[in-house]
Amino acid sequence: MPRGSQSDGEMLKGTLDMMILRTLVMGDAHGHTIAKVIERTSEDVLEVEQGSLYPALHRLEDRGWVSSHWGTSENNRKAKFYRLTAAGRKQLVLETSRWRQMARAIGLVMGEEATADGGAQ
Amino acid sequence: MSWFRFFRRSRADEELREEMDAYLAEETAENIARGMTPGEARRRAKIKLGNPSSVRETLWRQNTVSLVDTVGRDLKYAARTLRRSPGFSLIAIAVMALCIGATTSLFTVVRSVLLRPLPFRDPGRLVMLYEHFRDARSNGEGFNYNAVAPADYYDWRAQTHGFEDMAAGRGAGFSLTGEHGELPESVNASGGTWNFFSVLGVQPVFGRTFVESEDRPDGSAVLLTWNLFERRFAGDASIVGRQIHLDGKPYTVVGVLPQGFTYPDAKVQLWVPYQSGLPPELLNHHDYHFSLVVARLRPDVSLASALSQVSAVQYRLHLENLNAPVAEDVAPRTINDDLARNVKKPLLLLMCAVGCMLLIGCLNVANLLVARGAARQKEVAIRGALGAQRLTLIRAQLMESLLICLAGGGSGVLLSLAATKWMTSAWKELPSAAGIQVDGVVLGFACVLVLLTALLAGLLPAISSTGKAVYASLQASSRTASGSLSRATLRKTLLTVEIAVTVVLLIGAGLLLRSFARLRGTDVGCVTDNVLTLFLGLPAQKYGTPEKANAFDETLLEKLRAMPGVRAVALGYVLPGEGNGGDDVFNIREHPPLKPGAPLPDALIRSADPGYFSALQIPLLSGRFFTGDDRADRGRKAIVSNRLARQYFPGEDPLGKTIHVPAHNDADYEIVGVVADTLWQVGKPTEPTMYFPILEGSLNYGQALAVRTDSDPLAMSVPVQKQIAALDPELSVSDVQTMQQAIGDSLGNARFSATLVFAFAVLSLVLASVGLYGVLSYLMTQRTTELGVRMALGAQRDQVLRLMLFDGLRPAIVGLALGSAASAGITQLIVSMLYDTEPLDPAVFVAVNVTLLMVAILACMIPAWRASRLDPMKALRAE
Repeated sequence: MPRGSQSDGEMLKGTLDMMILRTLVMGDAHGHTIAKVIERTSEDVLEVEQGSLYPALHRLEDRGWVSSHWGTSENNRKAKFYRLTAAGRKQLVLETSRWRQMARAIGLVMGEEATADGGAQ
Repeated sequence: MSWFRFFRRSRADEELREEMDAYLAEETAENIARGMTPGEARRRAKIKLGNPSSVRETLWRQNTVSLVDTVGRDLKYAARTLRRSPGFSLIAIAVMALCIGATTSLFTVVRSVLLRPLPFRDPGRLVMLYEHFRDARSNGEGFNYNAVAPADYYDWRAQTHGFEDMAAGRGAGFSLTGEHGELPESVNASGGTWNFFSVLGVQPVFGRTFVESEDRPDGSAVLLTWNLFERRFAGDASIVGRQIHLDGKPYTVVGVLPQGFTYPDAKVQLWVPYQSGLPPELLNHHDYHFSLVVARLRPDVSLASALSQVSAVQYRLHLENLNAPVAEDVAPRTINDDLARNVKKPLLLLMCAVGCMLLIGCLNVANLLVARGAARQKEVAIRGALGAQRLTLIRAQLMESLLICLAGGGSGVLLSLAATKWMTSAWKELPSAAGIQVDGVVLGFACVLVLLTALLAGLLPAISSTGKAVYASLQASSRTASGSLSRATLRKTLLTVEIAVTVVLLIGAGLLLRSFARLRGTDVGCVTDNVLTLFLGLPAQKYGTPEKANAFDETLLEKLRAMPGVRAVALGYVLPGEGNGGDDVFNIREHPPLKPGAPLPDALIRSADPGYFSALQIPLLSGRFFTGDDRADRGRKAIVSNRLARQYFPGEDPLGKTIHVPAHNDADYEIVGVVADTLWQVGKPTEPTMYFPILEGSLNYGQALAVRTDSDPLAMSVPVQKQIAALDPELSVSDVQTMQQAIGDSLGNARFSATLVFAFAVLSLVLASVGLYGVLSYLMTQRTTELGVRMALGAQRDQVLRLMLFDGLRPAIVGLALGSAASAGITQLIVSMLYDTEPLDPAVFVAVNVTLLMVAILACMIPAWRASRLDPMKALRAE
């Protein structure tokens, strides 16, 4: 396992893929933007390690859920952009609903009201 | 993971690097925007990014097919190891190239000649039928297959139903000319019954095959083989329907046979109908054996029952013709065996020899690898200690032998292409009906061979060098690892086997060479030095009567004898040592009639001109030679060989006796002379022989001319041919060679197997001595410290020398003993290939043992001597 994933902000296995897909719904983005968006949206609770971001992106591309192309970033730099594919969109719907079920279940077990905040341990 | 990603993972890695660079740039820019100094901004960005190499490694692994990757890595590693010691690698590769090359080309020949079905329809159901005599003489030499008489064939075909159909073929030869007097060419031909090609299942490319109405004594249809069609008629299909001239007689080309059809051999240029040109009365003979019969089995009838029908017919024919040589039985032979009859044994023998050599090559490479394993012991031990599995270690080491064998195999296949070509052209006895070439199956065989040899050569060293014992070498106190001792034993064992196999090969080769030397040294019974021989075919059209032929013969002899440089000239039918030429039965008028069913007297038939015997220096034992007066119209005379005289006139004087030869003009001949025996073929026992005067004009199949010259006979070949052309420019001359060449050609099989096996044996000997030298050198380095201690304690140099020498010689001597014992058994298998040589020939056994011992001593001497020169101080400090 890559050492980069052993931090406080370690994400539940599989959730990173889902979050990347979710981020890409808003439009094409390169690695830096994706990481930034996830961090900002989670109010800096989740820290995206590059050690897992890039393998995850590759995995998603391998499965055909995202496609990639080289483009120019907002700061005029060469960057690799990722785009959600139709298959990726379907997968996102699937994973979102699965995630909701899971979060609710954990919430019930922990005696809390069903919320969807199970990001961190 | 996918193959696609696997092969472009370097590019993926490059992209990832760029991607991360972009990330870094973005993050730095953002940090600067937050108000950090550029240096701090970059540092923080890098911290955030983490370890880029680790990310790249993760992705790299993600894109990797693990097995392929590790095997690839092993291969790369092995290649580097091999490159580091080019001497070893080149020797090992050369050894494997030779061994694999030789094996592959022999396999090519064996497959084409013995294994591959002929290019006929359903060849498995084709069987050759022969007459089979029961008497002891016929069966003595393994001579069980007798050509079939035409009348027998016609009776078999008409009276049995076990076979779908039966066809007959026979040999023929013509002088081929075109319609407009083009250059004559002497061609080998075959006669085939009209159904011959349908029995074989061969379709002509152009035109048709024969029809029944053409298969008559005056039939004049001809089929061209592809070779002749391309060569002489430029592949012009309009030749079909046109005429060509054979022996001056017009024949109509009815078709062209396909390219692959070279049955019974590639020398046959054209086919005529079976009966075409045969005297009509000959077809009614049951005792004129000159045909090959090929039959196609019916799918619903077994060979045994089909054969029993034919045998029954044949036995009846035998009973009806008790006074003629008509066989009792019928013997079958598969069509492949039939074509390979002379070469099957030599081929199998060579295959065994080459297999032995391959084994020795593998053992040798294994031996070399074991030595290298010793040098890498520490490395293997460390890798093992770090957690490499034994299988992984074995695999890594196998890669080395695989690479050696792959490189060797690749060059070996190239080598075998050349070797196969050479073999097919140099070995004239090889049947070529199926065409001999390297094809897919052969290449597949070579690949399997490479893998097998790689396993054989690599597995043993790899297993031995990865055992538990290797870890001992990691222990600091271990000076000479215990593993190396067991490895030395392994090497010695490999060496013993190698030497034993070498001994077997050497003894086999020695026996074959001795037998071949005996064959070469055989006295044919006539002069063979400075004799030019050639063959003349007198066309029956032009020389049909004895007068015409005699006129030609006498003029020719007179002119040739008058030539400067010519000592003597002989004209006859089949010269000594140049083949069988046919035999006839006879009876002796003065003897009481034979009991019905008793074997009939039988002798080879020859014809001779009056000067024949003195020209060839065949001594006269009693009576006289032929004279110019011995012609058909002046009382028929014959000369017999000593063997005939002793066999059929025991205790009598054959001179003045009369023999009656039914097949030869059905006439009585008075014996006027007895001459010494000659051999009809070197290596075969003498046969009774009877000679008829050539001026009698009856043996008109063709004439063999022998010209004895003062000096190099081949230098006379052109002047002699010019003389012949001056007499008759249309006459075709063939087989121009010296008598020694002609006799040498008949020894092709013996020469081939002897020289090739000898070459393999010598190579094996070299390999074995290299192995011996290697093992002893290795042992010496292993024992340097020990020897140093011994010498420090007072051991003398000659004691050390003796110690090392005996240590090295022990495997050699054990190998010698084992090999000699094994040879004693194995040589029994080649008894039938030996001529006048015992399979346990002591001279060969002693010579081989002495040679090998000398070579072994030489190979051991160098390292042993070096050991005895050790400086004890240096030796003790060595580790």
